Amino acid sequence: MTAPAEVLDCRGQRCPLPVIAAARRLPELPVGTVIRVLADDPAAAVDIPAWCRMRGHEFVGTVTGPDGPAYDIRRQH
Amino acid sequence: MTGSALLGSLSAPIGGSWGYRRDSVACVSASPVYLDAATAAPLHPVARQALLAALDDGWADPGRLYTQARRARQLLDAARAATAETLGVRPDEVSFTPSGTAAAHGAVLGGLAGRHRAGRVLVHSAIEHSAVLHAAERHVATGGASTEVPVDRLGRLDLARWSAAVRAPGVALAALIAASHEVGTVQPVGEAAGACGDAGVPLFVDAAQAVGRVPVPAGWSVLTASAHKWGGPPGVGLLVVRKGTRWESPWPADEREGGRTPGALNLPAVVAAAASLRAVAADAAAEAARLAPLVARIRARVAAEVPDVEVVGDPDHRLPHLVTFSCLYVDGEALLHALDRRGFAVSSGSSCTSSTLRPSHVLAAMGVLSHGNVRVSLHRETTEADVERFLTELPGIVADLRAAAGVVGL
Repeated sequence: MTAPAEVLDCRGQRCPLPVIAAARRLPELPVGTVIRVLADDPAAAVDIPAWCRMRGHEFVGTVTGPDGPAYDIRRQH
Repeated sequence: MTGSALLGSLSAPIGGSWGYRRDSVACVSASPVYLDAATAAPLHPVARQALLAALDDGWADPGRLYTQARRARQLLDAARAATAETLGVRPDEVSFTPSGTAAAHGAVLGGLAGRHRAGRVLVHSAIEHSAVLHAAERHVATGGASTEVPVDRLGRLDLARWSAAVRAPGVALAALIAASHEVGTVQPVGEAAGACGDAGVPLFVDAAQAVGRVPVPAGWSVLTASAHKWGGPPGVGLLVVRKGTRWESPWPADEREGGRTPGALNLPAVVAAAASLRAVAADAAAEAARLAPLVARIRARVAAEVPDVEVVGDPDHRLPHLVTFSCLYVDGEALLHALDRRGFAVSSGSSCTSSTLRPSHVLAAMGVLSHGNVRVSLHRETTEADVERFLTELPGIVADLRAAAGVVGL
């Protein structure tokens, strides 16, 4: 798995805020970049993959580490 | 209403004195628009009339041996017979429960108890109502097991996985919702029942959103419903157990309602539920034909006129009265409040609108957007003008919320 270029710490934020944070940041980075969204709101597990599908980006996967659940996204276009 | 008229309401043909004029309720553009029938439909006028009459005539305990009790017994028997006829089952297969939730709990736990010698596994879809899932949790917490069968992006049951799951050893009961209460997708109940039949596993169908609106395919062993979903009063559920089904009451012993649900019935509400079920079932095909195009219009117009929206559920195989969509970057609670301020009552599967702060398990199982979620559900008093007003105002409401959150153009 590609190491994320950047981590967005969205812990404590309720959906849709983590999705909005990803939507703001990803287009500022080069195509192919992976970012990691740290989000403890349970809705993020549903909404980050759904946002990737709606926007045509790649949902790389869910990683659960010491900081809680994290979601990796790759910019596709 | 006299007592005999009340009994007549449970047996006479629909129409005549029950005729109700929809246009008697004037609807001006500023009036509230209630669009949450899937939670509770407005009380049907037949239910209201029957309830008021039964409060006078059906307060006694139907189990006693005096005149007032016999009168109550007549009403209860008539309510049961009317309900059985509407559902196409035998009267002794029908029990009235204190709620749809109590009926679902009884269906699951009683179906498992009755088949405990066959095994301890409950098979259920991932999109069952929380009442079914909570009963499943209880079963697992007391040493049982459960197998969850997934759905696809449109909320349709994975039939291959279902068939494999019910064939596995140790399955006592399978549970499938007739149609999703959150997204409206009608489930393949006939095929699922066939797989259960081949495996010798009884099928419980939660038909809360279907009864009184759309036919439920045959093949089930246990069925539940909830009166306030079809326009009956709150506080009445139906638990139907077909003859020959191994079902054992999970509750402490009580002789009432065939031993299937304990406690004194709210008889006036039961009578009102039965009378209104007859009425809505008689009108169901016409109502479905009226509401389905309105739902199709909502699906099409929301997709076309609200940017970044995901309209969810099966576009074709769906309930006639229920439609769900999610608006990207919008807070579901804020959207509900904004709609309420404009007079629109809707519900939501978004996490921020739930007491548990978790997103809807149905939307999660489908893998669709859960925030900014709105469920619109129509009923017999919903007019085309109501739907048009909603569709006219919604794009501006969503745009205002996005502007306020600074997410326009993301």
